[in-house]
Amino acid sequence: MIRVENLTKYYGDNLAVDNLSFEIKKGEILGLLGPNGAGKSTTYRILTGFLNPTSGTIKVKDLDIKEDLLEIKKMIGYLPESAPLYKSMLVFEYLNYVADLRDVPNEGKLSHIKELADLCSLNEVMHMRIDELSKGYRQRVGIAHSLMGDPEILVLDEPISGLDPNQIADTREIIKRIGKEKTIIYSTHILSEAESTCDRIIIIDKGKMVIDGTAEQIKEKTKTDTLEEAFKVLTSKRVGER
Amino acid sequence: MKSTINIFKREFNAYFVSPIAYIVISIFLLIVGWFFFSTFFLEGHVSLTKLFSLLPIMFTFIIPAITMRLFSEELNVGSYELLLTMPVRNIDIILGKFLASLSFVAVMLAPTLLYAISISFIGELDLGPVIGGYLGAIVLGGSFSAIGIMASSLTRDQVIAFIVGMAICFSLTFIIDYVLFFLPDSFVSFFQHLSARFHFENISKGVINSRDFIYFISVSFIALYITNMILEKKK
Repeated sequence: MIRVENLTKYYGDNLAVDNLSFEIKKGEILGLLGPNGAGKSTTYRILTGFLNPTSGTIKVKDLDIKEDLLEIKKMIGYLPESAPLYKSMLVFEYLNYVADLRDVPNEGKLSHIKELADLCSLNEVMHMRIDELSKGYRQRVGIAHSLMGDPEILVLDEPISGLDPNQIADTREIIKRIGKEKTIIYSTHILSEAESTCDRIIIIDKGKMVIDGTAEQIKEKTKTDTLEEAFKVLTSKRVGER
Repeated sequence: MKSTINIFKREFNAYFVSPIAYIVISIFLLIVGWFFFSTFFLEGHVSLTKLFSLLPIMFTFIIPAITMRLFSEELNVGSYELLLTMPVRNIDIILGKFLASLSFVAVMLAPTLLYAISISFIGELDLGPVIGGYLGAIVLGGSFSAIGIMASSLTRDQVIAFIVGMAICFSLTFIIDYVLFFLPDSFVSFFQHLSARFHFENISKGVINSRDFIYFISVSFIALYITNMILEKKK
């Protein structure tokens, strides 16, 4: 479904992603983990067309981000880290705008927005300004944004950071429910969360992949009991920085 | 095309949900109205020339204030990332924002039509210069909008965007005019053609010449093209 091929990205002289290659199969929930600054967000930003790679490419189905970016963008729903939404818009107004930009046909638009509002429990805040919302609600608006137009692929950059335990449980439910039909790639610093939701885990550090496999395989390979320990061993004790 | 219109609608509405739009429009009408009517009855003839002659300087300060938030705010808040990762092209984003700013200028100018109507009761109003003046105002507003958008795409700081945009508009309007004084005759006509005020004054005299329109369309095109280059460079 998605093939990352020798992806490299420099910010000026800083190497953010270093010759990264991996593949995601259709219907898979992939956890892309790593310490802060490992290159996760950069990888997402290249996949979603926000940044251009310095070299290498990403292919989605048979399309290449360098040539068919617009087509690829139509297939991907993206939640950037901390959901930077338009502050002065009402929630409904914003979702309606996203629906228009994502070409949701007019007949089904209202019911689609309603459906997403139900799924993300946004019904009671639809008429509020986005800057009046709490972090948890803003994050949920971001998730509704990423689901708009029913994209095949979801890219979620730390969807549960800053949420309270109830909201984390809700979000996990949402991810699991939509993960049945969709390909999802997401990152989190809560490793137990990744272990329970992801089909497969890739850990990257300093722009390079350090391991790829299921949570079980990773623990086995590193001879550790928990994913936290494995993460520590693999990324030179940089966990806990955040 | 559809995305352009969607982005245009959002940006245009965004102006009117905050008080900024009403403040900017009020200040514009207040200053223009004051200067126009304070000498109108002394001049003894019915025309809007005085009004139009104020526009280059007014637009120099007001349009960069209208456009400064268009990219800077998005870059600062980070919503630019959401916008860019939706299925839209750069050109949709740039054109949508450009049309929003241009429409705002049109809304700001619309109340001055009342001046035209009210003075036409006093005497014979020559329609040629009035139509020319408004056409000129729109293309002048378009070029300055494009320049303001270019400045806004450069930085996440709205104040810097405003100052840079204003400086460029100011140079196009005035500096070139004053430089002419120091130049040998043979250069004068060349440099004159770079001046926004020179072309605007031609149009607002009611002399519709394609050269003047081509000037404004070129300035808009070049500024928006550079905007696109700046945004590409950020990727």
